[in-house]
Amino acid sequence: MSSTVKDLLGDVKRKFNAKELSALAAYFRTVMFETLYKSQTGHWGGAASSAELTTALYFNRLKIDPKNPQWEERDRLILSKGHASVNLYTVLAHRGFFPTEELETFRRLDSRLQGHPSMNSTSGVDMSTGALGHGLSIGVGMALAARLKGQKFWTYVISGEGCLNEGQSWEAMMSAAKYKPEGLVLMVDYNKVQLDGTEDEIMPMGCLASKLTSFGWHVAPTAYNGHDTASILDSFAWMDSDDVWPKAVIYDTVKGKGISFTENKSAWHGAVIDDDSYAKGIVELNADLAKKEAVL
Amino acid sequence: MSIAMRDAFGKKLVELGVTHPNLVVLDADVSSSTKSALFGKAYPERFFNVGVAEANMVDIAAGMATAGLRPVVNAFAIFLALKATDQIRNTICYNNLPVIIAGAYGGLSDSFDGASHQAITDIAIMRALPNMQVIVPSDSFQAEQALEYALTQQGPVYIRLNRNAMPDLPRAAAISTVKVTEGSDVTIAANGITASFAAEAAELLKKEGIKAEVFSVPMVKPFGIEAIVESVAKTGRLLTVEEHVLAGGFASAVSEVFMKRGISCRFDAIGIEDTFTESGPYIPLLAKYGISAENIAARAMALSK
Repeated sequence: MSSTVKDLLGDVKRKFNAKELSALAAYFRTVMFETLYKSQTGHWGGAASSAELTTALYFNRLKIDPKNPQWEERDRLILSKGHASVNLYTVLAHRGFFPTEELETFRRLDSRLQGHPSMNSTSGVDMSTGALGHGLSIGVGMALAARLKGQKFWTYVISGEGCLNEGQSWEAMMSAAKYKPEGLVLMVDYNKVQLDGTEDEIMPMGCLASKLTSFGWHVAPTAYNGHDTASILDSFAWMDSDDVWPKAVIYDTVKGKGISFTENKSAWHGAVIDDDSYAKGIVELNADLAKKEAVL
Repeated sequence: MSIAMRDAFGKKLVELGVTHPNLVVLDADVSSSTKSALFGKAYPERFFNVGVAEANMVDIAAGMATAGLRPVVNAFAIFLALKATDQIRNTICYNNLPVIIAGAYGGLSDSFDGASHQAITDIAIMRALPNMQVIVPSDSFQAEQALEYALTQQGPVYIRLNRNAMPDLPRAAAISTVKVTEGSDVTIAANGITASFAAEAAELLKKEGIKAEVFSVPMVKPFGIEAIVESVAKTGRLLTVEEHVLAGGFASAVSEVFMKRGISCRFDAIGIEDTFTESGPYIPLLAKYGISAENIAARAMALSK
C-alpha cells in the first residue's frame, strides 16, 4: 500500500475531496483485481465500472456509522448490479465495516462475503442483490418507509443497464414517479457493455435520459463522468440543489475501467483472471494509483 | 355460512391498523376484490396501490420491511406466486423479511374467470421457499387468526385466501389443526376450504357405518401434522384433500413426513390431477375436479374396505 493512501485510510470518517477519492478508487481497483485473481471467480468488468461511484458515496456522501451498521437513520445504498459485489465489499471493508483481511474469503465456503451481496451475511450491506432489476423497487420501499416514519435518510440505488433491461425496473420507475419519495436517487452506472456484448448489440437503451424524464423522474440535465471524482461531486451538488423527487443521475462509465485490455470488453464481465492478465493488469493499476497519489 | 374470507381479512386489516401503527398495506389494482381497499379507506397514508405490478409491489414491501414497517401485500394468489416468485424468493425469503403475502382468490375460487386466474400451484411454490411459512385457512375465522399470527412472526408468511362465502368450521384458540369430527375408521386431513366438504363427507360416511375422523389442517409450513399422525395410528387409513395440484402440495407434504418417519397406512389423496381447470360456478367446479362431499365419502369408503 502506498503511504499516501494508507494515510487517507487512517482517517476514513472525514469527507474526502475529489483528488483523494480518485486515489482511493485507484487503490480499491488494485485490491479488487487482486481479490478476484486470488478467488479465481467474480466480476471484474462491472466492479471496475462503479469504483469511483461507490468510493465517492462511502467516503464523501453517505450518512453512515460502521460501528452501528443498522442505525435506523443511516442512508441506504442498494447495489442493484449485485455482480459488482467485490467493489462493494472492498469499499465497505476499507470504510470500517469489517476487516480488510476478510476480503480474501470472497466467494469461499463459510465466508461472510457471498458471491452477490447478502444483507444478513455482511455488515454494511443494506440489501441483498444479484437477480437484476430488484433494486429500484426496493429503494422505493425504503424511501417510502422514511417518509412514513418521519426519517430523513436518503436511499441511493446503483443500477447498470442490465438492471434496466428488466421490466421490473420500469414498474419501479412508474411507482416512484407516482409517490415521489423524498431522498430517492437512481444512479445509473452506464457503461454500455453487458454480459454478452455491447448495449447496442444486446438491448439498445435509446436516449436513457429522455426515457427517465418521460417516466416522471427528475433527471440531471447532464450526464456526469463516472470515473472523474470531481464530476461525481458535481452530481452530488446537483442532488442537493433542489427538492424535486425522485432524482436520477446518469454516469458515463467504462466497463473494466483501468486496464487497457479489459476496458469495454464484455468478455471481462465475469472472466476468471489468469496469471498473465493479472501480471499485466496489476502493473497498469499500480501505475494509475501512483499517478493519482502523486497529485495529492 | 360464514362471510367470505376476503371480507373478514379486509376488516381484520382495518382493526389491526389501530393497534399496529407500522402496518402498511399494498395492492396491485385489485383492492376492491381483495378487500384491502377497506384498509386504504381507513388509513390512506399507509395504503399503496402500485398498479398491476406484483413484482414491484413485493420488492417495495421488502424495502419497507427493512426499515421497520410491517407490510401486507395483496393480489390474486396466482399472480403473487408466479409473477412475483423471484421477488418473494430472492428479496423476501432470502433476507427473511417480515412481509405478509396475502394470496387472494386462492384455489379455484375465482371460478368463472377460469384457469388463467385459478391458483393451483401456489402452495407447492411457497412451501418450497426457505424461511416462508404457509397458511391455508379453512374459513374466515382462521383467515383472521392467520393474519394475527403472521403479524407476530419475524419472517415471511404466505396466507392463501378464498374468494367466496364458505361454511364455518369448529374453532381453536389459535391457528392450528382442528379436529372437526371424531372417528376411528378413517382419517381425513383436509387443507383449506376443503375441510367443510370433508366434514359433510363424514356425515355421509356415518350413514354407511364408517366413522371418519376429519381434520382441518391450515398450517402447511410449519406443518400441523402431529394430530394426523396420532389419528392414523388409530385408524390405519388416511385420505388427504386439497384445492391444489397433487404435485408438491398438501398430499406431498403429508407423504414426505410419513415416508421419512416410516409410517405406513392405506393412503389416498384428492386434489387436482395433472391438468388445468376451467370456468364455472364454484361448487360444481370443485366437484368436477374431485372436491365434493360425495367424492370424499366415496374415496374414504374405498379406503375403508
